[in-house]
Amino acid sequence: MALQDVSGFQDTPMSHRWNTPVSLSGPMGDTTPLLDMADERILGWGRFKSSERDGEVPLRFFIPTPQSSVPFRCDNRHTSLSSLSTSSSPPTRRPFPLCHGTTTLAFVFQGGVIAAADTRASCSGHVACPSAQKILPIHSHLLVTTSGSGADCMLWERILAREIRLYQLRHGRRLSITGSAKLLSHMLHPFKGTDVCVAATLCGWDRCGPKLFYVCSDGTRLQGELFSVGSGSPYAYGVLDGEVRWSLNEQEAISLAREAVYRATHRDAYSGNCVDLFHITAQGYCRRDREDLREEYHRERERERVLKRGKEKSEEDKK
Amino acid sequence: MEYLIGIQGQDFVIVAADNVAAHSIVKMKQDQDKMFKLSDKILLLCVGEAGDTVQFAEYIQKNIQLYKMRNGYELSPTAAANFTRKNLADYLRSRTPYHVNLLLAGFDETDGPGLYYMDHLSALAKAPFAAHGHGAYLTLSILDRYYRPDLTRDEAMDLLKKCIEELNYRFILNLPSFSVRLIDKDGIHDLEKLIPVGAK
Repeated sequence: MALQDVSGFQDTPMSHRWNTPVSLSGPMGDTTPLLDMADERILGWGRFKSSERDGEVPLRFFIPTPQSSVPFRCDNRHTSLSSLSTSSSPPTRRPFPLCHGTTTLAFVFQGGVIAAADTRASCSGHVACPSAQKILPIHSHLLVTTSGSGADCMLWERILAREIRLYQLRHGRRLSITGSAKLLSHMLHPFKGTDVCVAATLCGWDRCGPKLFYVCSDGTRLQGELFSVGSGSPYAYGVLDGEVRWSLNEQEAISLAREAVYRATHRDAYSGNCVDLFHITAQGYCRRDREDLREEYHRERERERVLKRGKEKSEEDKK
Repeated sequence: MEYLIGIQGQDFVIVAADNVAAHSIVKMKQDQDKMFKLSDKILLLCVGEAGDTVQFAEYIQKNIQLYKMRNGYELSPTAAANFTRKNLADYLRSRTPYHVNLLLAGFDETDGPGLYYMDHLSALAKAPFAAHGHGAYLTLSILDRYYRPDLTRDEAMDLLKKCIEELNYRFILNLPSFSVRLIDKDGIHDLEKLIPVGAK
């Protein structure tokens, strides 16, 4: 499919249909011919027959009505102003709009970028998968940490990877991290106000050095040096804000990231199980083995026991 | 939660915006620039819903630049303000309205300085001073009391500082720093960031 794009194989009768409202049209102009081609093959139509469908939307996306959507929804954009909201039951609002049951974090330091995340995928209050992967590599110098709806993140990560690869094939150079973040943000914009829920941090190294971006499906796009996303993020911020410095060495940075995820998983019910740690340098990313946080918990208890024993012994010696 | 302020003088406009990009209870970024340069002498300050601000402001910015490329001259601040208002109004009754509050500040060769207030319902008003956000409730009376049309640059800066000190004292949310810029016949000048310190 990527090859069709690169070779410029366009279905020209359809390319004029771009006078559609923003929310119903597809994210990128390039994807239109492919989907229509697929439609034809499935339905056995010839190319010319489908060109008669004048004025129809090139891409069909199901925008759910409030009734069929998940009960927890943070934004009321749809209900107050949209003509699609015909339901009488208002969506239940969370008391506290930090959804996305996860803890992911990333920060920049002198040795590159560290990305860490827990591995618990939760679903309506139970653990759907204790070993999910929330940090997905896009290419050798770009990682995406995902939070929000698991399905949405998986899909959009693949779409982003495809578009970055197409850019590289067309222009002969890799898209910068800033460009990748802007691309993802613009692709997600038509779905603002729907139930698409993606809160990703793009961590990477390009010609301008280490970069870190936070991109959210509500349209936020921020560049920074430290981000933590998810329900466990306030706990992670508590540990990171005091300790993260530019001058950390690699070992310190990794153990800090591990501790931040550990503290967040300790307090947050929707984060837990293991921690994934990635380190990105100018040479690319390297992945550490997945570590079970139970070990960290036992190590901490052991440290406390040793301290307590030491204190008791010194008191005995004094007597 | 966010705050914008603009004060027009005899031959300049001074504008300031806070620097916090927040998400629920967390400050995601503390050095966010909320001012967008539309042309050499026009600034657009934009606050509101998370993605809408940047999306709308960049859309207006690119269109203003396109006008300059096509016609060889730049839009005046009045024209830019009306163009922005028209776009906001067109999207207002669509399925995807932009929920943004704007201040547009500019300097025109013939008309002099201009400050335009625009809200999310695309109401446009040219005003000598204006503010957006919850902080506006606390600072508009200060501006009413001390504003004069013939303010000098230093006096306008002092008035701005007075407003920000009041916010620091009375406003429940902590806004640690503010970017300040000044527009006059020589273009846009970055002034030093205002960082209110300590309690009174």
